[in-house]
Amino acid sequence: MLSIQEIMETIRMVQQENLDIRTITMGISLRDCCHGDHKAVGRRMYDKITRLAENLVRTGEEIEREYGIPIVNKRISVTPISMVGESSDTDDFGFFADVMDRAAGEVGVNFIGGFSALVHKGFTSGDSKLLKAIPNALAATQRVCASVNVATTKAGINMDAVYEMGKIIKEAAALTADKDGLACAKLVVFANVPEDNPFMAGAFHGIGEPECVINVGVSGPGVIKNAVDKAKDADFGTLAEIIKRTAFKVTRMGELVGRAASAKLGVPFGIVDLSLAPTPAVGDSVADILEGMGLERCGTHGTTAALALLNDAVKKGGAMASSYVGGLSGAFIPVSEDAGMIRAVSEGALSLDKLEAMTCVCSVGLDMIAVPGETSAETISAIIADEAAIGMVNQKTTAVRIIPAPGKKEGDYVEFGGLLGRAPVITVNKFSSTEFVRRGGRIPAPIQSLRN
Amino acid sequence: MFEHRPGREEGAGKRVVITVLGKDRVGIIAGVSAVLAENDVNILDISQTILQDIFTMVMVCDIRNCKIDFGTLKEKLKAKGEELGLQIQVQHEDVFQFMHRI
Repeated sequence: MLSIQEIMETIRMVQQENLDIRTITMGISLRDCCHGDHKAVGRRMYDKITRLAENLVRTGEEIEREYGIPIVNKRISVTPISMVGESSDTDDFGFFADVMDRAAGEVGVNFIGGFSALVHKGFTSGDSKLLKAIPNALAATQRVCASVNVATTKAGINMDAVYEMGKIIKEAAALTADKDGLACAKLVVFANVPEDNPFMAGAFHGIGEPECVINVGVSGPGVIKNAVDKAKDADFGTLAEIIKRTAFKVTRMGELVGRAASAKLGVPFGIVDLSLAPTPAVGDSVADILEGMGLERCGTHGTTAALALLNDAVKKGGAMASSYVGGLSGAFIPVSEDAGMIRAVSEGALSLDKLEAMTCVCSVGLDMIAVPGETSAETISAIIADEAAIGMVNQKTTAVRIIPAPGKKEGDYVEFGGLLGRAPVITVNKFSSTEFVRRGGRIPAPIQSLRN
Repeated sequence: MFEHRPGREEGAGKRVVITVLGKDRVGIIAGVSAVLAENDVNILDISQTILQDIFTMVMVCDIRNCKIDFGTLKEKLKAKGEELGLQIQVQHEDVFQFMHRI
């Protein structure tokens, strides 16, 4: 029997605590679009994406209406384009980015992911062509997101790719200098990338995935924050229990929406991603949750422990609520997209080093971090290498989405607007990593036994 | 209010929860139920209470025979709510079942 209190709790979560479904992402395989003629590849891609995703936005809006829960984004992920375009006759993979952009525009989604390559052990010809095309493709298109996997626990870290990515990020920033380096906000460098992540900019449709699939990303930092606030004097066991219960309820909404979308679209339901995804809106912040646990500012001593507790409790509660959990499933700490993180950085409480430490306990990575425009490609590569090493050794996904904002210095702000928010430019270590990064080759995979 | 397993019984997926929030006044139930009656929506249950000084009414309704589509019903109730100075929401019952029941 539902009680009036239970009904009102749900209503309050949506209306006052920003509970929403962050994204319904349709994964589409483009493996059958390969062709020797790149124009034929483009036609096949466009036709398939627009055919399968034709009703995605309308269906999302219908579900929103019926259930009264906002679905913020409807998006598409596709097979890594490095594979789709590889057998074609063109060296300019920007062509495929343009096709993706047009197809996404036609069906009305705001982002399409999959301008991607998996190069953790080395480059094929398609991978090299894709990487080369990334800066221009991201600068020239609105909706296309790119990602590159440079490391896995089993293969080690491809340091040639890491160095390459440092240079690509610099180039992408330079090409969009008038927009504070916006292109870099659409580019993620991964270690141990998941194949079913619904969140942008890192989403692509993995090669083990079916023809077409629906994945869902939930949100809800505001709901968790409110629950934590009510447990002011609770000990850690009780606190974890409260977060678990709340995460369960939040995730159930993702499960419901995923099942409904899957049934309405006639497409199999893939996974719910349990990540707590913040937005720049007040009260929708992961940093606020950590501060609600008793830290004066996010980033002070104790932040890593607080995040570890939060992330684990969210997963335990969420895993119970969904039949299939996947994607990134870790708390997001994107600096520009989280009002509490922005405040913590601007007040000097939160540094790049602390953010890196936080990513060790299962947040997803260094996300949406603006660094001074003069930061060298080698330093950016070294930041990526550190993050990839954390992912590789700890058998987890880590990612770097970093913006060397052209012309900006420490303490300046970059403005991206919308969900991407604004970020204070953070301090980077002044000492050089150049000789290290330029060695080239691969860092071997770590030993998986003798784990102490 | 209701025991309900989604998808298991007749009429499943045809029940909605209407929540009315605002300041108490004369004619709330009459106003809302008039809109429902006009469109052949059957009221299965009503409960009301005062939560934190806010008048709160929850109705569970069957929309199987509803003459208008869900979106239009929602708009009509919203308009009625604005007329009465209330906030009226219509949501599929599954939302609440899914969140609070396994």
